[in-house]
This record gives sequence, C-alpha cells and structure tokens, in this order.
Amino acid sequence: MEIKKTQQDMPRQKPEERKKNFNEVALGYTEDMALSEAARCIQCKKPLCVDGCPVEIDIPGFIQLIKDKDYMGAALKIKEKNCLPAVCGRVCPQEDQCELKCVLGIKGESVSIGRLERFAADFEIEQTKGTPFKRHAISSGAKKIAIVGSGPSGLTVAAELAHLDYKVTIFEAFHKAGGVLVYGIPEFRLPKSIVEREVEYVKSLGVELKTNWIIGKIKTIDDLLDNGFAAVYVCTGAGLPYFMEIPGENSIGVYSANEFLTRSNLMKAYKFPEYDTPIKHGKKIAVIGGGNVAMDASRTALRLGADNVYLIYRRSMEEMPAREEEIENAQEEGIDFRLLTNPIEILADEKGKVRGIKCIKMELGEPDDSGRRRPVPIDGSEFEVEVDTVIMSIGNGANPLISSTTPDLDTNKWGNIITKDESGQTSKKGVFAGGDIVTGGATVILAMGAGKKAAEAIDKYLSCE
Amino acid sequence: MSKILKKEVLSPDVKLFVVEAKEIAKKAEPGQFIILMVSEEGERIPLTIADFSRDDGTLTLVVQEVGVTTKKMGKLEEGDDIPYIVGPLGKPSDVVKRGLIVCIGGGIGIAPIYPIARKLKELGNEVISIIGARTKDILFWEEKMGEVSSELIVTTDDGSYGKKGFVTQVLQGIIDSGREISEVMAIGPVPMMKAVSDLTKTYGIKTVVSLNPIMVDGTGMCGGCRVDVDGEKKFCCVDGPEFDAHYVDFEGLIQRQQAYKEEEQQG
Repeated sequence: MEIKKTQQDMPRQKPEERKKNFNEVALGYTEDMALSEAARCIQCKKPLCVDGCPVEIDIPGFIQLIKDKDYMGAALKIKEKNCLPAVCGRVCPQEDQCELKCVLGIKGESVSIGRLERFAADFEIEQTKGTPFKRHAISSGAKKIAIVGSGPSGLTVAAELAHLDYKVTIFEAFHKAGGVLVYGIPEFRLPKSIVEREVEYVKSLGVELKTNWIIGKIKTIDDLLDNGFAAVYVCTGAGLPYFMEIPGENSIGVYSANEFLTRSNLMKAYKFPEYDTPIKHGKKIAVIGGGNVAMDASRTALRLGADNVYLIYRRSMEEMPAREEEIENAQEEGIDFRLLTNPIEILADEKGKVRGIKCIKMELGEPDDSGRRRPVPIDGSEFEVEVDTVIMSIGNGANPLISSTTPDLDTNKWGNIITKDESGQTSKKGVFAGGDIVTGGATVILAMGAGKKAAEAIDKYLSCE
Repeated sequence: MSKILKKEVLSPDVKLFVVEAKEIAKKAEPGQFIILMVSEEGERIPLTIADFSRDDGTLTLVVQEVGVTTKKMGKLEEGDDIPYIVGPLGKPSDVVKRGLIVCIGGGIGIAPIYPIARKLKELGNEVISIIGARTKDILFWEEKMGEVSSELIVTTDDGSYGKKGFVTQVLQGIIDSGREISEVMAIGPVPMMKAVSDLTKTYGIKTVVSLNPIMVDGTGMCGGCRVDVDGEKKFCCVDGPEFDAHYVDFEGLIQRQQAYKEEEQQG
C-alpha cells in the first residue's frame, strides 16, 4: 500500500472566529482522521521516534492499537510512560522530538504522533468522563516523598513514584495544581478541564496534593526531611520574570508575561467581572519577545479585545524560539510581527499610563554564544509606536524561596539549582531537583523527562538507603 | 481552608479577623504577610499579619474595606471559612536591639506595626510609638499599642482625638527634643510613609517602611509588585515587603497603585 506523504490535517477553529473566543483552537482528529494518520506508521522494528521522546513512550505500540481501533488500549499504552497524555498531545514540540526522528520525515512528512497521542488521550477522557478514577492505595509502611511544585515535572515524578508504591505528597504554592499548565498556557491551547482531569488521575494513583503550601516559607526543605520525608524533589518552575531595564517599565500597563497570563489563565481575569481579578483590556498592545510565551501573551491580548497586537522581537523569524505551529497560529490571527526591532523606552502619559513604545531597528551581526546571529542596533533608526499596554516576555530568572532557606543546596550564578547529572541529585542528601528551576525556561516535556529520570534515581537512592 | 474564630468591627470599614491557620502561625514572624482568596472566583490579595499566636494556631488580620475583595471579606462572620490562605510570605522584619526606635502606624498600618513594636520592645529597645488616623472613629488599638511602647502618642488629622495633625509633626517634635533615634519604622498609606521618609532623610535617621503594592502570586513569579529601590527593580513579595525608605521610589509606587482604579469601580 502506498503511504501518504503528507500528514492528515487537524481541524482548527477559523482564525476570524477563534481570535474572539478562548475556546480551544485545535479541534483534534475524528476517528476516521486518526485511522488514516495511524495507517501511515510503518511500525519500524527499531523505532527512532521513541529515542526522540523524553519519556520514552512506546509510540509504534500505541499507534498499532489505534490501527486496531482499540483506542482505550492506546491511551493506556501511553500512560505506561506518560501520566499527562492529553497535555503532551497538545503542547509538546513533537516536531523537534519524536516526529523529527520519524523515518517518514526523510522523504515526506513524519507521522503526526502528537495528534494521535491527543486523539487517544481525548478518547479516554471522553469515555471516562463523569466516572471518578479508581483510587489506588499505597502500602501503609511505604516511604514518604515530598514533591515541591505541581507542574508537569512534579506530576510526573509523583505518578512514577506512586506506581513504585511510595507515599507521595505534592506541595503546591498556588490554590490550583498544574503549575505552568494552569497559570501559563492559555485555555485556547490547553483547556483547564483537561489539566484538572490529568491531575485527578495522578491523585488517583495514591498521591496526596496539598495546595496553598509554600515550601521555603511554611516549611523548609530541612523541615520536610526532619518530619518523615525520606526524599524531596524540587520542581518549582519558572521564577522572577526578567524586565528589559529600560526607562518607563514601571508605568501602568506594563506587565510581565507571567503576570498577564496568570491573571488571565489562573485567575480567569478574561471572565471579569464574573471573576474578581482585573486585567487591562488594551487596544494596542506590544508584546516583547519571540518565544512560546510571547505567542500565548499576544494571542491572549487579542482575545481580550485588542485591535492591534505587535510582537516585537529583536532578531529575525529564523531565530525565533517559538514553535512553528504557534507562530503560524499567531500570524493567522493577525498578530503584527515587528522583527529586528528592539524597545529602548516605554513612554507614559502624565498619569503614568503607557502611551507608546520607542524602538530601534536591529540588524544581524556575528553569531553569539547561543550560535544565533547577534542583533545589533542600527544608529539613528529610532521610532515610536503608539500602544497602551506592553507585555514583557523575555524569560525568567530563578525563584529564590527554596535556595534562600536551604543553605546547603548549591545553585549556579543565575540561582538555578545545580544537579549532579540527569538523576537530578543535588548537593544536598536526599534532595533532587528538575524542570525549569534546574534548566531555566524549557518545555513541558523536558520537565517531565527530568521527573521521570529523577523518579528512577529517587527509587534507587531509597532502595540502597 | 481557614475558619474565622473571631470578628471585631474596629471602625465602620475596618474589621479584625482571628483565623485558624496552624501551620502558618508556626512560622509567621512580624513583618510578614499572607495572601488569601474569599471565593473560587476571587482575587488573591495580600494582607499583612497583624498578630499571630503559635499556641492557638491563629493569625490576626485587619482589613480595610477598599476594594471588591476586602468588601466581600468584611461581610464574613465568625464560623465562616476563608477558602484559600497561603503564607507566611515576604521577609520578616529585621528586628534587633538598637536603642530608641520610633514606630509609626498610620490608619490601617497600625495593625502591622503592632507585632513589630512588640518584638522590638521584647528585645530591649526603647519604643516610642506614634499612631495616627484621619479621625477618632477610625482609630483602633490604642491600648494594645500602649502596652508594647514605652511612650505612645496619638494623632488625628482633624483633632477629634489626641494631638491634632500628622504623625510627621510628632516625629519632628521627637527629633527636635534632641533624643537620639536609632531607627524609624513606618507603616501606613504611601503618602504618609513618603512624608516620614522625606523628614528623616534630612536628619539622616535610618527609616524602614513596609510596602503593600498590587500583587498576584506573592511568590516572585508575576513581578506585579515591583518597585524601584535605589534604582533597582525589587519585588516586594520576595525582596520585601520592608525596604530602606530613603531609597524607595514612592512616586512610582503611588502611581502603580492606581492601575486598576477603573476596574475597581466596575467590579
């Protein structure tokens, strides 16, 4: 049988429609679409795609189950390795991971593994909706492990360790579990009901979840170790947002992307005044940065009713770190990309409200440390753009709350926790770490991969203790 | 979830709550704050811890009804639950024995200055406290402040009680008397803290203020609470809330507090 060279498209809301609502943009495969895409998988004997997956999902295995129309089986096959399939099917950069390695990609397009993962995961959610998960009990004598943070890394490590019969407690500082999945990634890319369902699943494995517990304050890491926890995994995620350190950044209407997205996503400010948290509904918005978070912030601003959203990025399209799919979505929705442009000052009116942004044109020079060509300002090319809101999306530093109260936990010059190797072992006995607090800003799946490796290491550590 | 064990009306729009929060009370120190939500749909708002009891496992919070959330909170009664409360947040006050310390509480700021004054006195400092309010009806905790101060001076802007005038005038008097002040600690409305800071700056008296800007998470993640201190961006939630007053950009702070004025009316 001839294999189709191209992927089965996934239906999406039309740009004109979707830019006015917060509903999910990508609608997922129908059964026929999934079967047609699954049929493209040639079931390699040595599947390279699995090597490309940070959590080593048996990809040909689950795709075969889809071919056999055993969709529930496919979902469970994924869950053997990945406790958050509906999340990963949506937000993983598959094109740089499993799909990059797919042999079909050599002569055509790779199998759309991500969309198939999502199809299987959504099928399971649809089938089991309304039925609570069966609760697993952990043995009474099981060793206790504390996880600090309930983002993708924490949920993964918790699920893995619960499977190994450890008594796991996740401590979450916010009032809702999920970390970046609930405060950062918008509803239109990852519906919160899906995150809730995945969190419920992890809890059903016997994991205890304590929200509103801020470790480093209410309890230190040492308190946890002294109070019966045999090991601690620190996965506190992104920390203090960076600002550009240009004049005018404290003006009213300047947000960090973290604040803008947290207000909209976690606090549901897009539903104000039904929800109490306010957010500025700017008409002309400048988003500074070129990563996935910048795309999320731009598209959120658009949905909040902006007429113009300018995405201001100092390098060119080629260097932009955001996923291609997200860039495409943003462009379709009408985000105005202003590339090779860098802000130098935020202009405010007499009341301190943003009225514009002063930028300078850039050109690309020699490659810098990151291997990307360094942007250099062009003298005399300054110009002003009229905006009423500015969203800084240029990354985060490390959160100091754990490190400042755990003196024997080594950190690097940026404040990120230093781990010995992939195991996540830190300088402190019994303490492991992973995710963005170790690597700096990365992806959901890399944080999950780190969680998976740390779970193995924690198990090994506690077994030889 | 925290149960409200006691509610007291301190003045028509200022309410005191004693809430159950065992784990937070264990770790709370003067100068720290909590963040709470009054409902699932609520905002996260920061409130300074006005007092705590490790034995009873309780926190005392004093709330002035100014916005949507504080008004909703004002309607809660004894026995009601506060669904979400997280803390203790921020750095504790830097309290050590220094000598003569002037503690200034303005309006609602009387509540958070109280545990600091108490701790300073316990450590053997001479504590002169100045508490002030717009008018007599909204003044509270005179007796409590008296207990933890070597000397207490009360002012009202309109002269309806105590000395007529501002806390800064009393402070000026103490400075003029020639007594050597080691430090001034001031908590209250931003314009008051600025006025205190402007005054002490001319005399080179170290002054610490506690800032209470708009916040979302309170853990350093959103940056909404940023303020320039000595030309550097500081996040009140993790770097503060207390800062050396002489380096704080009060103008910027006052401006940022107005950010949601329009929405506040809509809500």
